[in-house]
Amino acid sequence: MVKTSITLQSKSNIAVERRKKKFYSGWRNQWELQSMILPGVIFMIIFSYIPMYGVLIAFKHYTVLDTFSTAPWVGLENFKIIFTDQYFWGAMVNTLGISFLKLAFGFITPIILAIMIHELADGPFKRMMQTVSYLPHFLSWIVLGGMLITWFSTTGLFNDLLMSVGLLSKHQNFLLDEDKYWWIATLSDVWKEVGWGTILYLAVMTKIDPTYYEAAKIDGATRLKQIWHITIPMMKNIINLNLILSISGILGSNLDQTLVLMNSQNQAKAEVLSSYVYRIGMTQGDFSYSTAVDLGTSIVSIILLLTAHKITKRLNDNESII
Amino acid sequence: MKRKIVKEDVDSQVFNFFNILLMIIFTAIIIIPIWNVLISSFSSGKSLAEGGFALWPRDFSLENYRAVFRDDSIWQAFFISVAKTVIGATTHVLFCAMVAYGYSKKHLKGRKLYSAIGIVTMFFSGGMVPTYLLMKSLGLLDSFWVYIIPALLSFFDVIILMNFFRSIPDSLEDSAKIDGAGDWKIFMKIYLPLSKPALATIALFNGVGQWNDFFTTKLYITNKALYPLQMKIYEIIVQSQTHTMQNIGASVVLETTAKGVQLATIVVTTLPIILIYPLLQKHFLSGMMLGAVKE
Repeated sequence: MVKTSITLQSKSNIAVERRKKKFYSGWRNQWELQSMILPGVIFMIIFSYIPMYGVLIAFKHYTVLDTFSTAPWVGLENFKIIFTDQYFWGAMVNTLGISFLKLAFGFITPIILAIMIHELADGPFKRMMQTVSYLPHFLSWIVLGGMLITWFSTTGLFNDLLMSVGLLSKHQNFLLDEDKYWWIATLSDVWKEVGWGTILYLAVMTKIDPTYYEAAKIDGATRLKQIWHITIPMMKNIINLNLILSISGILGSNLDQTLVLMNSQNQAKAEVLSSYVYRIGMTQGDFSYSTAVDLGTSIVSIILLLTAHKITKRLNDNESII
Repeated sequence: MKRKIVKEDVDSQVFNFFNILLMIIFTAIIIIPIWNVLISSFSSGKSLAEGGFALWPRDFSLENYRAVFRDDSIWQAFFISVAKTVIGATTHVLFCAMVAYGYSKKHLKGRKLYSAIGIVTMFFSGGMVPTYLLMKSLGLLDSFWVYIIPALLSFFDVIILMNFFRSIPDSLEDSAKIDGAGDWKIFMKIYLPLSKPALATIALFNGVGQWNDFFTTKLYITNKALYPLQMKIYEIIVQSQTHTMQNIGASVVLETTAKGVQLATIVVTTLPIILIYPLLQKHFLSGMMLGAVKE
């Protein structure tokens, strides 16, 4: 038999050759399709993968005079500095503090608001509610920051309101008081995003079969009971998904918000990891150390995402939701 | 409607009453601050200095707006904002659509590899400094194109468009192929016209993102001629804030004038978004659904 004279090695070689040939001729036949996708792939290689490779400067000592290739390797030197850097730990505490407050207030409120909007009778009032609640999402953080500075200034809206109800006896500028910063950051973020956060929940709720509600009504369930036993269980999956995403985003603090609201008086409580990376990297020019902090943060974020995913998967009887 | 209310039981009516009441309070919390900014921008420096809560301007004045528009750099910034929004959103959506067409075809050779390349970009990135160094080596620093080129593609948008393209019946494509049309022709003549709602959603989202973006400018641009409105406000805010802190109690007149100009600039910057907002809302709801289907 001829087969015996061909070694296993060359046999597989021929198969690979044949597959390659088939691949190339197939590729040539669909050159139009390939010419549409390749610009995108090249784009991603340049704008996403080259910076990923560039992360290696975290393991180098990079100064303004160096290029990527001339900068000397220093191993984990930059990462060691992190552990003794008190500004880093200050930023870490602020990031976690603000993120947990945002999670505590910003996660539940869109669910409640969505339920309340859902319970409104269809009509102009319901539509207006939606329009109004989405609106702040479209203000940029810079614009909102400018507004907040005006509202919280000594002659601003907030002072006037608190004075008129007697909660405040003396005019003060809230943004110059570092103890109030976490709350300002949290509540302004909730104010901006609560309506926007309702969209997905509302989309899921409109898909709930109305016969469930009718059946519950016949059984004498009150509106609150209907919400508790029908609406909320039906949203379990989307709530879990949002929770996973929020938990994984705990170290990703809002950079725009911080840059516009931070000032020399509140910096100790306002500096977060991303603004710290920006400050040491871009304004102080310490590229290597800044990249090391950035890389460390991303690694922890990915671990958080995977952990949160695993935990919710277990809670949902191993039913994966991503 | 009326008959329906009568039919409903007491529990439901109590629920509705509190629900509507809370909704009205919520609306007030959203609207009053925004309204306050708008009417304060029409107040004179004198009445701004007096402070006090107002829902109507006590002395209607356009002095803040005059001060804003007297500054030529505002017009320049407005032009940059419009240019980067229009060019950015258009090129982004067309480029994403082209790539998504490729991804949507199951018979695409190398599809698995291309998908892997795309998915990784959604979860990993190089971070601020390596991206800055890339822009520097590409010569994009202090160039208008830094607003457009790095923002051309987002893999998330590609996925949304890809899902939309998949819902277009294959028979349309097959009959075009029989007539001898290639992929480019099918894309331009069939897919693009049929995908208008999806394309509009993504263009609008991207446009809002471009209009509101200021960090790109802060990172990559030092030439003030390339500043968009957002960066302009940021400068005004930072200036007036350091000014306030240096002169606490010193110069009330200067402070309030700066405040008035700041408010007027905020209104001028936000107005275009508020104006296209009704148009936007119609589209983004269906767009969010497209995104949700993917999950």
